[in-house]
Amino acid sequence: MKHIETVTKKTLVGCGECQAC
Amino acid sequence: MVHSFVFRHKGEPLYFLWDIESGSLYNVDHVAFLCARSRYGTLTDDADKSAFAALGEREKSEAVAELESLEADGALNAKPVVDKFRKRVSRVKAMCLHICHDCNLRCGYCFASGGTYNTARDYMSAEVGEKAVDFLIKNSGEIKNLEVDYFGGEPLMNLDVVKRITEYAKDEAAKAGKRFSFTMTTNCLLLNEDTAEWLNCEMDNVVLSIDGRESVHNAVRHTVSGKNAYPVILKNALNFRRIRGAGKYYVRGTFTKNNLDFAEDVKALNDLGFDQISMEPVVLDETDPLAICANDVERIKAEYERLAEEYLERRSGGKWFNFFHYMIDLDHGPCIHKRLTGCGAGTEYLAVSPTGDIYPCHQFVGNGEYYIGNVYDGILRPDVRERFAGFTVLEKEHCADCPAKYYCGGGCAANALKFSGRPDGRYAVGCELQKKRLEMSLAVAYIERKAPV
Repeated sequence: MKHIETVTKKTLVGCGECQAC
Repeated sequence: MVHSFVFRHKGEPLYFLWDIESGSLYNVDHVAFLCARSRYGTLTDDADKSAFAALGEREKSEAVAELESLEADGALNAKPVVDKFRKRVSRVKAMCLHICHDCNLRCGYCFASGGTYNTARDYMSAEVGEKAVDFLIKNSGEIKNLEVDYFGGEPLMNLDVVKRITEYAKDEAAKAGKRFSFTMTTNCLLLNEDTAEWLNCEMDNVVLSIDGRESVHNAVRHTVSGKNAYPVILKNALNFRRIRGAGKYYVRGTFTKNNLDFAEDVKALNDLGFDQISMEPVVLDETDPLAICANDVERIKAEYERLAEEYLERRSGGKWFNFFHYMIDLDHGPCIHKRLTGCGAGTEYLAVSPTGDIYPCHQFVGNGEYYIGNVYDGILRPDVRERFAGFTVLEKEHCADCPAKYYCGGGCAANALKFSGRPDGRYAVGCELQKKRLEMSLAVAYIERKAPV
């Protein structure tokens, strides 16, 4: 029986252009 | 570190494991949930202990084998990806321009003291605004996409200057090979048809400040002469919403001790026709009657759960809306640099007072200890920026084991200063609410993956 379902794995594996509260 | 939590969806419990350092999310059964809590030292609840003791050896060993497999893969109880980091202070990316230190509303919780920031009522000149644009372009380094936030007070009280700065910034950006994004936060009182059309053309994002139900809004917000402004504000905001179409905007409310049932205000805003909504907890000294205190936290957490259920129901049932704090991108989130440094206050994000003085962000304006320089002479206190560069998640001991550490950027420096006396300190109530919002975001993301809206 499988007890664990992976939703998303290892997402934490920049250019400074993204928005800067 | 592994964080475990439960979300009750349609009366049934959903069990989750969240691996903080790898950014992995698992939906597990009750057996694996209890085994994980035992394995990672968080089996503290008496009911959990009893349930764990009652598990059969075979099911326990099966679940533990799955946990061990994920650990071996580096996807559970993982080690940190980065253990040392310092922000660059050489580049400026965004500036918050205090277009005027004056306001046509008086709000009981305003951190800016009626728009003045405890200084004289003052209006930014076009010259100061243009100098700020020059400063930003000059100090932006290789960054191409720059930002100007028009803030106040109420920026529409100085709209002619906003228009001049915007035209100047676009012209100068074209010469320098840069691009500006413009944002404005307004209380909507002066948002007439012509202004709405202009904002729709020129602003990349517009933040409309409304607190939700009329009774809630009017309990803390009124005109300078004490009159009810809600009908005008709502009419103007809905007109802008109509003009805006698919363009970026959101309605931003503040909830206080008066309305800890703030999910009702989110629902009210959605029922009025808004589909991009944010609702922020007020941050005030605990002696203020509107303040949210430590003993309100459990009540607010329960309200976030209620809001999450309502959110899921509406998004799948014809009243789709986006709640700012339940947005999460589990697959293509921001880079580690962004996650470790958050808003960028004091480094890539700076605020400019009406007279041209530069501070780490809008909430520090007027606080001489955090004065950085001015738009004419540039950076005069590089030590302040260097200090803020050190405020990363990795440098804050209270963030070390936090499940939200890569999703809040270490928290707000201004709030930390207010409650701990240090800009790199801790605002405990804010931390607790941030963690709860992350749990709700993760649960919503999981449920909507199962049944896309």
